[in-house]
Amino acid sequence: MSNGFTPVIAGSAGGTNAPAPATPKNIPNRGGTPNPSADALRAQFGAAIQRVDVVWGETNVYVERARLHDVIQWLHDDAGQRYDYLSDVTAVEFRDLEQPMEVVWHLRSLPYRRFLRVKIVLEKGTALEVPSVWDVYKGADWLERECYDMFGIAFVGHPDLRRLLMWEQYKEGYPLRKDFPARGRFSRSEQLRQALAANPEARYSKEELSIADAFEDLPTDMQRRLGTGERTGE
Amino acid sequence: MATTKRTVEVQLSTSGIDAEGRPQRVPLTVDEAGNVVTMAPPDGAEPDLAGEHMLINIGPQHPATHGVLRLVLELDGETVVRCIPHIGYLHCGFEKMGEYRQYNQIIPYTDREDYLNSPGNNVAFALGAERLFGIEITERCKVLRVIASELSRIISHLVWLGTTCIDIGAYTPFLWAFQQREEVYEMLEMWIGARLTTTITRVGGMGADIPDEFPNKLRAFLHKFPKVVDEIDRVITRNGIWVGRTVGLGAMSPEEAVNYGLSGPMVRASGVAWDMRKDFPYLDYETYDFEVPVGTNGDVYDRFLVRMEELRQSTRILAQALDRLPDGPVNIDDHRVILPPKSKATSDMESMIHHFKQVMEGPRPPIGECYVAVESPKGEKGYYMVSDGSSKPVRWRIRPPSFVNLSAIPRMVEGHLLSDVIAINASIDIVMGEIDR
Repeated sequence: MSNGFTPVIAGSAGGTNAPAPATPKNIPNRGGTPNPSADALRAQFGAAIQRVDVVWGETNVYVERARLHDVIQWLHDDAGQRYDYLSDVTAVEFRDLEQPMEVVWHLRSLPYRRFLRVKIVLEKGTALEVPSVWDVYKGADWLERECYDMFGIAFVGHPDLRRLLMWEQYKEGYPLRKDFPARGRFSRSEQLRQALAANPEARYSKEELSIADAFEDLPTDMQRRLGTGERTGE
Repeated sequence: MATTKRTVEVQLSTSGIDAEGRPQRVPLTVDEAGNVVTMAPPDGAEPDLAGEHMLINIGPQHPATHGVLRLVLELDGETVVRCIPHIGYLHCGFEKMGEYRQYNQIIPYTDREDYLNSPGNNVAFALGAERLFGIEITERCKVLRVIASELSRIISHLVWLGTTCIDIGAYTPFLWAFQQREEVYEMLEMWIGARLTTTITRVGGMGADIPDEFPNKLRAFLHKFPKVVDEIDRVITRNGIWVGRTVGLGAMSPEEAVNYGLSGPMVRASGVAWDMRKDFPYLDYETYDFEVPVGTNGDVYDRFLVRMEELRQSTRILAQALDRLPDGPVNIDDHRVILPPKSKATSDMESMIHHFKQVMEGPRPPIGECYVAVESPKGEKGYYMVSDGSSKPVRWRIRPPSFVNLSAIPRMVEGHLLSDVIAINASIDIVMGEIDR
């Protein structure tokens, strides 16, 4: 370790008295000891923490939408929490369409060996917009883009919220929504027709073509179509 | 007799062949003192391109992208200024399909996402579903699952090692690695009948118990395999070309690696001692004696070293698992969840009813949700499942480790040469089936 290198060791903040991690056994469906961070969050944010419950031994914290970014920033920065790892960002839509959608953040505190699930309930009738945590965790970049791609939830503050798994010109909607049929909205023949009619130049984005100065060389109508992501060749 | 050497080379800006088909040779221009003088560029040579950026597209069909990854690179000369990755060419909608399947019917999908780690994915999914059902599996099943996960770690790392060697220019270790991988696949075939898409677990147990000859075969493998790892180690670890092509590439600091969401060997190579098996254990991994290798520089070379050591640690775990393998049932004794034996299903009325109910309706977990993550060869592999009390999950989310690892590639390749992009991309150990799902 001559270069002044210090390894980061998971569980290092727990001290020597912390119990050794063990495989959880006989976990109850509801109830159990909540993650200590839940109480700390209540003390810090008060009414912005709407509900805390423990399901199968994992703590769910329901947070007010407007305060989500503050909560996650605090969990990341506070010396007593240190949730430095973002495992996952995803959303849940229920089969019961009366039930509102939820956006879920799975956070992991490596120094304290804790795991916390932070949730936002997107009430019916409100815009599908949540704050982005990209400025806290760089790893949120693609996770948020995927969630946007699959559910149409806009992450406000994300620097580059484009479709990720589906192509940018995809017009059928958001595949993981419950109102999206499993076979897709268009028939196979329509999908084939669209694929064959696609403009091969549209494989590059406007931004990428601009790097190569190729965008300016394109005919104006193609520039316009690429700018709006349209397909051509009908 | 003293001779003078005259250096000659093919003349620039010609076809290089004279009218009679012989190579044209011209003496290098030298001054009176014998020093080589640079020739003036011929008319019509390329202009100075300093400051001009070039766009280059790699993939999606390119052998070095390990699948259908497409990278659009902005180059200044040969240096990467910016990298824009495009994924999704292999998107199959596994998560959507899972919402229409019973829990046991989803397990074959887990084979096909990270197809180099099928048994490990099966184990991870079964653990998640069992959490959702509130099932405690038997002791023998736990040990068998450890064996399945570690064998799968070995085959995944061997494919990584072989293909990375090819990317960087070494061919022989690829053959050695794939020979060993074949041995593991033979064992898996002996165990479950399938090789690549194993579907080795069921919710509440395993698809099959190991055959009688399996322990001996595994012991023979554990005896031979470390020698092959050592052999590969001797060939490439101190090989000048290998070191030159991997050291210092794509380095990530520990804090940066954690912030970018890297996991598995990627984050450990950066010096973060975090392994799900040690820190958030499952399957009683805390009772096994093994070490977690950690790198210091976080570059491609350290990732290689970490994975090599993980191969050895996996053989240690496998040996311990074989020694402790207890007798007893593999599956839990609850025929509402796990199928009764086929022989009873055709002779015993109650078993037949269970069989019918399970196949037609499927077992129903209580309302709830869980996120169960395991240490896959690529990193933290998590399954997030939400149940509304029906036999099919409302939401089945795969947390793919190589997806998040790959999302850091623009940061890792910045400022490196184009040829190093291939080495860095190889070091992430991506499987596009898992990234696009």
